[in-house]
Amino acid sequence: MTVHAEAHHGPPIANQSSRVDSATLGMLLFIASEIMLFGSFFTIYFFVRVVNGAPEWPPAPFHLPVFVAGVNTIILVTSSFTIHWALQSIKRGNRAGLQAGLVLTIALGLTFLLTQAREYSRIGFSPQDGAFGSTFYGLTGLHGAHVFVGLTILTFAAIRAFRGHFTPEEHHGVEISGIYWHFVDVMWIVVYTTVYIL
Amino acid sequence: MINPLRSEAEAYRFLLLTVGYFAAIAIAALAIGTWAGVIVFLVLTVAGAVYVLRAHRSEPPRQSVPSRRGSDKELRILVIANETVGGERLREEIRRRSEGYEEQVFVVTPALNSPLRHWASDEDGARVQAQERLAASLERLRSLGIDAKGEVGDGEPLQAMEDALRLFGADEIIISTHPEGRSHWLEKNVVESARERFAVPITHVVVDLEAEREEVQEPTSETR
Repeated sequence: MTVHAEAHHGPPIANQSSRVDSATLGMLLFIASEIMLFGSFFTIYFFVRVVNGAPEWPPAPFHLPVFVAGVNTIILVTSSFTIHWALQSIKRGNRAGLQAGLVLTIALGLTFLLTQAREYSRIGFSPQDGAFGSTFYGLTGLHGAHVFVGLTILTFAAIRAFRGHFTPEEHHGVEISGIYWHFVDVMWIVVYTTVYIL
Repeated sequence: MINPLRSEAEAYRFLLLTVGYFAAIAIAALAIGTWAGVIVFLVLTVAGAVYVLRAHRSEPPRQSVPSRRGSDKELRILVIANETVGGERLREEIRRRSEGYEEQVFVVTPALNSPLRHWASDEDGARVQAQERLAASLERLRSLGIDAKGEVGDGEPLQAMEDALRLFGADEIIISTHPEGRSHWLEKNVVESARERFAVPITHVVVDLEAEREEVQEPTSETR
């Protein structure tokens, strides 16, 4: 009866007191803080909207490009399909599917950002144009910054995928970035519905 | 509460539900009027809340499946005991279960604490006592020819097992308790709860320290 001692190098192993693994838990806590951040922006938006009391929203002379933003919404939601496909592919050992899914997701995300930049340049008002302009740019700009962060994370995942990382058993890098990307999409749906549609 | 973002697949499902939810509200508000949108919002929100609550009640407990560690010739046994570890029968049980394998034994002693001290984060005393019990347990196992390692765990035995499984990745769990009537763990149904929660074979060893007599109850299912 022998037991081999396990050599451990580096800092002490962190104590784990959760049913969720630490990387996923970290992402969940990060998303929780993000929800609070978005929540504060939405609070400002609705406060302005209620206090303004205008019969029509957005108040004259502001006009929002609902159709273009709608197309952008479809692009972003489609990118959630592709990241889901990427993850399902690597779970089945399909590396080409993983790589294609990640590249498509990045391409769609970039398209979304470029379309939003184009929208900003043609929308006809700036953040300085009253409370509406500030809240509109604040909310959509905050979301755009999150898309940028998501794209950065996905780019790292894509580089790793092309370098041969990730297997059907080990694909945490894609799983975590996928959760974040879906969160970014969910937040856009809320932003689009409340700011552009309702 | 169901966490909708526990995995990418769940986050994806949540996204699809969000799309449907907001689409229904927007369509009602635009096609009929603002109040219709508000009504759809209320109805869908209440329906969603009821669904989540019902799903939570009917959902079977999720089982933790520890990742396999070590070589194929190795059997990793996690022993969880407060003060009842050791004894001839436990040694026999470890030997029997690790027949043909090279066993790795890891002992976890939960830092049992009173609820008041727990909520006051006053755990130092409990951890010191648990450390002493752990040292005694390891010493006893060594005297029986089992070279085990160990650590002090969370005061809640299931959580202590969960933590140890993540670090140690056991193939088997042995829960050592006092006999029925003297064991708080049996009173709290710890063994059955562990069998529901962890997807590894669990053996319950009853140790009567006073009589130095132990009984071994077979695991409910063999999955190895």
